[in-house]
Amino acid sequence: MTIPAYPTFPRGDSELGKPVGILTLKIDDRDVSARRGETILEVARENDIFIPTLCYLEGLSSLGACRLCLVEIKGVTKLLPACVTPVRQDMEVVTDSERLRRYRRMILELIFSERNHVCSVCVSNGHCELQTLAQKLGMTHVRFDYLYPRLAIDASHERFSIDHNRCVLCMRCVRVCDEIEGAHTWDIMHRGISARVITDLNQPWGESETCTGCSKCVQVCPTGALSEKGKSVAEMVKHKEFLPYLQIMRRNER
Amino acid sequence: MRLDEIREIARIEADREDGYRHRINVCVAAGCLSCQSASVKDAFEKEIAKRGLENWCRVKGVGCLGLCSGGPLVAIEPAGILYHTVSVSDVSDVLEALDDGPLDRLVCSGETPFFKRQKKIVLENCGRIDPERLEDYIAAGGYQALHTALTLMTPEEITREIEKSGLRGRGGAGFPTGLKWSTVAKADNETKFVICNADEGDPGAFMDRSVLESDPHRVLEGMALAARAVGANHGFIYVRAEYPLAVKRLKKAIAQAEHAGFLGNNIFHTPFRFDINVRLGAGAFVCGEETALIASIEGQLGRPRPRPPYPAEAGLWGYPTLINNVETLANIVPIIREGSQWFAGIGTEKSKGTKVFALAGRVNNTGLIEVPMGTSLREIVFEIGGGIKEGKQFKAAQTGGPSGGCIPEHSLDLPMDYESLAQVGSIMGSGGMIVMDETSCMVDVARYFMEFCRSESCGKCVPCRVGTTQIHELLGKITNGTGTAGDLTKLEELCDLVKHTSLCGLGQTAPNPVMSTLRHFREEYRAHIEDRFCPAGVCRMGRGKEGE
Repeated sequence: MTIPAYPTFPRGDSELGKPVGILTLKIDDRDVSARRGETILEVARENDIFIPTLCYLEGLSSLGACRLCLVEIKGVTKLLPACVTPVRQDMEVVTDSERLRRYRRMILELIFSERNHVCSVCVSNGHCELQTLAQKLGMTHVRFDYLYPRLAIDASHERFSIDHNRCVLCMRCVRVCDEIEGAHTWDIMHRGISARVITDLNQPWGESETCTGCSKCVQVCPTGALSEKGKSVAEMVKHKEFLPYLQIMRRNER
Repeated sequence: MRLDEIREIARIEADREDGYRHRINVCVAAGCLSCQSASVKDAFEKEIAKRGLENWCRVKGVGCLGLCSGGPLVAIEPAGILYHTVSVSDVSDVLEALDDGPLDRLVCSGETPFFKRQKKIVLENCGRIDPERLEDYIAAGGYQALHTALTLMTPEEITREIEKSGLRGRGGAGFPTGLKWSTVAKADNETKFVICNADEGDPGAFMDRSVLESDPHRVLEGMALAARAVGANHGFIYVRAEYPLAVKRLKKAIAQAEHAGFLGNNIFHTPFRFDINVRLGAGAFVCGEETALIASIEGQLGRPRPRPPYPAEAGLWGYPTLINNVETLANIVPIIREGSQWFAGIGTEKSKGTKVFALAGRVNNTGLIEVPMGTSLREIVFEIGGGIKEGKQFKAAQTGGPSGGCIPEHSLDLPMDYESLAQVGSIMGSGGMIVMDETSCMVDVARYFMEFCRSESCGKCVPCRVGTTQIHELLGKITNGTGTAGDLTKLEELCDLVKHTSLCGLGQTAPNPVMSTLRHFREEYRAHIEDRFCPAGVCRMGRGKEGE
């Protein structure tokens, strides 16, 4: 059997280039307009409506994995992730409710209980998306037992290091390396609670033959898991502004 | 192949069978094979050759006869006698008794409720045909439904028949099959796929395995009918690698069907073409979830993705894809053959047809059963199952595997259909049913299933990855006597979170065993926490964390 050519998977921008349809909908009782094909998250951001996200990053494909961006939609029994749910005409979206706030806080609690996220000794202290989210969503303490597996640190790369104890498995590094840099150095191994990111076929990062050393993964990492060497506590500031520009330039090339 | 050729094969087969005075059917499905039924079959063949009875008796390996606890099973036709636990040393006695009536010490009465209360549609050929011979399937009426559908029906008519039959997906969620088919049929794309989900992973469930091992052609024919209805030309069967016998028989069946022209180009001299490929799973339970299954076939990480888009719109390689479970596809042939009205007349108002259950646990008769939808749990446990072992007290029945829940004694009269099961906090699931008596600790049962979900979670979304781990930790604390009153509240909050925020069906249903036992057996949880006492005597309390 011949396998047909791989069609591009529908993403948020899949309707670009098609005739623009304007939709109107309600987010948190506000009337907003949107282009057909946009996701709830994109429309909310255009209108300065805050929806928390962790795995989502503008410029990368959306996963819907962290579940922080779940929103309520009138007439739909399930909660849906705003980052991958396209808007529809007359949709009524609720981005903030007591129930959503409770779920979001608990999800953060779970992340904090999963691995070692002690901010005071972290290179990203003060510049960490997880820390910021916890502050913003009012997660003040963790009620669950800390699991804290003792995971290794790979500092074999010349300029960067990875501390798996700080990783939240958002897969941003995997996606940016595959989709933007085109190297696909990062991937994931094992499943469930044992899952972790790896370089190449689980070789030390420093021995990776595919890594170009571009540092994109380090810049998009939301926590202190990926960092530049030589940075001490609270010194690691990340710059991910390059992503949207790279995306726009790509589109123009096409 | 043409219809008259099929009929000729069927006639020759029937004549050949009628030529024998005794036909000995030995079960060679995995359950009986594991108790040496293959050597019993060999012994029969040798003994018959030794006695020179070849022209009077024939021995055939057949698929599952159902009463797996009594294996190896041997059925004698046309006398209609079933022998249980036949060993090699019994072979000559069985042959001696062929003419003088049954051998009392081994016979199972066919009049028992185990056989009388069942209604076989999916399993109609199981235990009757040799799964490795295409001719046997044809003699049982095989591939005639496909001929009818290809020559006399339009694709729309096939879909409409399935819609009218009221068939719902047998994989667990119970989505109306006809609606799924028509969605894929309406999708505007030249390339479409049909996938048969044979990644049966629930602990203790083996319905799909038995169908594949006992009657593989039925699934192929069902897939071809589905492909014709939705306009697909390629099919995949995703079967777990832990089912080597099913894989072997499937591959053999595909080769036979291709050779005979039931698969491939110009099937029955019509322009319709359809091929089927087998793909093996690599041991991940989550790959039974349709989007993870598709990713796995594509060669990617077996992880689910958010729906929509549903596979019916964008599935395998982005093309419209129909995914049905083995048992669902096994129902297609009888519906086309007998008509949707016949099928819709079986079962309850909202759940039509029959359901195959893998009956396991503390009942006297364990094995594979098929009953009309709406049969009460009491009938299944106490009549078909023959009651609880050693006269003990029924405590609960667990349906739906790790995604299901426990049904307590006061719900014994619950009819088995999708809605009723959901009402008591369980699900139909794929059909696993584990019966428990007073010696089972419900907290420990919940912990067992959570252990399963925790280790089978793919790890993509946070609630499932960490939530199931934390629930498992809490249940571990409760069962070793270190639980606190606050743990119950935490447990309930976590279950609520994981159920409502997880990405796929695995996470969304993972808390069901805990939630249903909390609902029906809360006093057991309390006894563990407040009195440090396990009422069933299963949990060794007071071990603390070091004892783990």
